[in-house]
Amino acid sequence: MKKKYLVYMVQVHSNFRRAELESLADLYQLEIDFSSYRDDSPFFVVELEDDKAASDWIKRSILSRAIYEYWGEGDNLHELHESIRGQPFYEKYKSDNRTKTFKFEFESYRGSSKANRVKQIESFSYVEFQGKIDMKRPQEIFTVIEEYEPISDNLPGTVPIKLFFGRLIQCSDRAAVEKYDLKKRPYKGTTSFEAELSLVSANIAQVKPGSIMYDPFSGTGSFLCSGGHYGALVIGSDIDGRMIRGKGAQHNISTNFEMYGDSARFLNVLTMDFTHNALRRTLVIDTILCDPPYGIREGIKVLGAKNPERFIGKENVEIDGTKAFARRDYIPTKKPYSLDALLDDLLQYASERLPVGGRLAFWMPTANDENIETIVPLHSNLELRYNCVQEFNKWSRRLLVYINRGSEYSGNENIGQKRSQANFRDRYFSHFN
Amino acid sequence: MKILTTNFLKCAVKACDKSNDNFPLRYSGSECELVQDPSIEFNEEFMTNIMDRIDWDAVLSVAGDLGNTNLPSTKPLLNTAEQLSEDDLAVLRDLHVLLVQTSIKEGTMTCRNCGHVYYIKNSIPNLLLPPHLA
Repeated sequence: MKKKYLVYMVQVHSNFRRAELESLADLYQLEIDFSSYRDDSPFFVVELEDDKAASDWIKRSILSRAIYEYWGEGDNLHELHESIRGQPFYEKYKSDNRTKTFKFEFESYRGSSKANRVKQIESFSYVEFQGKIDMKRPQEIFTVIEEYEPISDNLPGTVPIKLFFGRLIQCSDRAAVEKYDLKKRPYKGTTSFEAELSLVSANIAQVKPGSIMYDPFSGTGSFLCSGGHYGALVIGSDIDGRMIRGKGAQHNISTNFEMYGDSARFLNVLTMDFTHNALRRTLVIDTILCDPPYGIREGIKVLGAKNPERFIGKENVEIDGTKAFARRDYIPTKKPYSLDALLDDLLQYASERLPVGGRLAFWMPTANDENIETIVPLHSNLELRYNCVQEFNKWSRRLLVYINRGSEYSGNENIGQKRSQANFRDRYFSHFN
Repeated sequence: MKILTTNFLKCAVKACDKSNDNFPLRYSGSECELVQDPSIEFNEEFMTNIMDRIDWDAVLSVAGDLGNTNLPSTKPLLNTAEQLSEDDLAVLRDLHVLLVQTSIKEGTMTCRNCGHVYYIKNSIPNLLLPPHLA
């Protein structure tokens, strides 16, 4: 028989939260009914097979805090006690925990209580726990989770409007947000992606332990760090070798991985043009996760000559008896490329290289102020599963997540068409006016 | 560049995709500077996963380029359903040293089809192409 659980979530990035929970449920093949899920609530009561399923589901979540075995809920402490004692599973839960060592904790959302916590804990005496209280290493942690209504924008509430009670099953992976915080990272750059959303991206992309993850626009390696954290063997490439080299022996992508203790899972970063790809065709890439260049800091470039006629015959130029292009210090010329064409190439590559069921996830920027519908790139083999928007003042970016369904899928396609109406870079520098 | 990476890299020139000689690349044994990082710990599960992904002929080819001819001529078959035997673990440990702990710090790799030479500089392979090959 299924059991009731309470998920306690963070109230940020709500556009991404459900996608993360669904993706993790799918990853562990858990059937979860999302019909009572609400974007504007930090609480979600669900039914699951057992504690193991609950733990699997939440252990790597970034946008939730923890999952609890559900004991009851109420609008005040009295109602909470009534609810707990009225549950059909109450007597069983009581005897299951009778002799365990335990402690009580309180979690508060949007407020804090001035009530006497010891007295509140004592009001639970009817559960008749006989185990010892152990503040350091208890076998079980029982938690009262309170929701408050703030009195005003600056004044938090002091009397809870809703209370839940439960036994802690599993804390989420939210501590990783601190661990991978950019402020503490030895090597980062102007394009490094913040820790929280890059970890969330890796969860929605379903990066799996023992799989291969590829970031074709790795820059300073933000997504590689997230992929490594979730146990994948990570490969990155970037056309700009300066980002990859970093700033000396102590400040590069490899030293980041050493600090995080994930060196074994960091394969390499390659100086490579994604559109002239050198990863062998027979290599299965399980996940592609990236933040393509929007061309803001510099225009999008690929290999090749902008004015091919100027380079006719240049392949025969020799320096000190060696062909110039074959020398160690040769720097090839690059030509401008459009974001549309680059994203077309990315979708095509994903359709060829991902296994069926494998995910492609990437970020795409759009200007908000135009009354022009954003056209999301589509490929006939790829199902667009998520389109999660993060709003800024005058622009937004969205995480697009596709699942490779193979050639039989025949979904809509808009590859090869000009989709973007205005160059994002031009709009950005004119402050979207 | 970890030796494992050599197992994933082909020539970047598109015309070479028609050839079977664009993978693996040929490594210049005499010019390659190898370094070892013994601090990367052996992980049985990780190496078992790697074994599923690697092309054994390419491992032999690259190891041969670099002067290592001690590897078995066929890919060791691991019985992952049961506990790995001591012999299997010994093979995995050897491969861990070769593929994960050893890197090419400086060197060159050459396409066996078109002959283009790629450099590995300060452990980072450079796979960019001149305009006449792009």
